[in-house]
Amino acid sequence: MAWVARTINSSIGKKAVMAVSGLLLGLFVLVHMLGNSTALAGRDAFLAYAAALHAHDRLLLVFELLLLVFFLVHVTLALLLTLANRAARPVPYAVTGRAGGGAGIGPGSRTMLYSGLFLLVFLVVHLVQFKFGGRELPVADLLRQVLAQPLFTIFYLAAVLALTLHLSHGFWSLWQSLGVEHPKYNPLLQRGAVALAVLTGLLFSLVPLAILFFPDFLR
Amino acid sequence: MSTAKAPIRLTLKIWRQTGPDAPGAFREYPVGPLSPDMSLLEMLDVLNEELTRQGEEPVAFDHDCREGICGMCGAVVNGRAHGPQPATTLCQLHLRHFKDGDVVVIEPFRAGAFPPVRDLVVDRGAFDVLIAAGGYVSVNTGGAPEANTLPVPRAAAEKALDAAECIGCGACVAACPNAAAMLFVGAKVSHLALLPQGEPERARRALNMVRKMDQLRFGNCGNEQECQAACPKGIKIDNIARLNREFLRAAIKSEET
Ligand code: FES
Repeated sequence: MAWVARTINSSIGKKAVMAVSGLLLGLFVLVHMLGNSTALAGRDAFLAYAAALHAHDRLLLVFELLLLVFFLVHVTLALLLTLANRAARPVPYAVTGRAGGGAGIGPGSRTMLYSGLFLLVFLVVHLVQFKFGGRELPVADLLRQVLAQPLFTIFYLAAVLALTLHLSHGFWSLWQSLGVEHPKYNPLLQRGAVALAVLTGLLFSLVPLAILFFPDFLR
Repeated sequence: MSTAKAPIRLTLKIWRQTGPDAPGAFREYPVGPLSPDMSLLEMLDVLNEELTRQGEEPVAFDHDCREGICGMCGAVVNGRAHGPQPATTLCQLHLRHFKDGDVVVIEPFRAGAFPPVRDLVVDRGAFDVLIAAGGYVSVNTGGAPEANTLPVPRAAAEKALDAAECIGCGACVAACPNAAAMLFVGAKVSHLALLPQGEPERARRALNMVRKMDQLRFGNCGNEQECQAACPKGIKIDNIARLNREFLRAAIKSEET
């Protein structure tokens, strides 16, 4: 099995693992976004969704542990790759003029590290607020309580923006890293990634915005 | 002849470094008036003649064919490898793409795997090491076989030829935010993997070239596509996807344990 370690240790192997873990995390984000969006259907739908989710506590725990593993792998590799990349150019340029690749990928690619780090901070806060804290309250009220504070509304919206940026590059980049590429489907993959990222961002931001603008939302 | 174009003056900021371990710094040189039809390298020639007259060391820079086919020239001009023109080598970059009075910053390709030699010259020998690691086909000598015994689909031939356009200048490494050599290796692996002649060594080539690339401490691809924008030959990143595919496939299918 030495070949497995050797492959994963190579530059392309690390990227492949980044891609697969990123894909699985991305799928989680999409599911989370859909679940979250039940809030838009009202308090009852949201609470019913939360109850249904927690009816399978064991299964949920397995998924959470898997997610934690993917997450740690993704973040650790990102840091290792970043360090190696910094070392690969010991003397920086005096002038850096990015061409942007000319492929219309947009600002996502060059900000992956920063959007990723911000999401890491967000995730810790988010878990403390919703997973490990506030168990006494129904989740709809907890949500309203947290997002009643403008600072957190801004924080959550900023995280949604970071997520959108991260996914806009990630949802395409992961296929490229895995070597999935075809002239007929490439444009679809690239545009699909951006579209999916924007859709995710929009749906995620609707809830904090609704709480901000409609005092009766989820009541 | 068309009417003469207005000559231009430029302020050059050129990286000067006397040797591999010497500290380097930018020096400023006002040049002109020069014909806008002059190439950037010809401008450096003019500057160097002037420097020689003044008893100063001329600016060292790599060049050979000066017609965009050998891959010897290369420097980063105003933050862009081979300058601001797409699909253009440095030797084919003309002063008409600059405005009178422009400041032009010229620095060498920067990457740990391309150590500095002098001024704008860097050692791109790492590319030769990469080629030696697998960028070839082993062919028995003797009479050439009849061409039609090895059918090559037209689409494969086109893609292989597109990849084979790579002149190995190193601009992809220079332009990559991570100093990765993926476009170069991707082009070499693609060009041979697509053709029947490359088939026997296909898996070994992908494995060995990628391992060598990692050993030489090139960076990792971030799919930022800067390489494709800088490549003077328009090599596309689908070659990087193919390299990823070839490497992962070879790692899984090869019999090494
Ligand atoms: S000198 Fe040959 S490509 Fe520029």
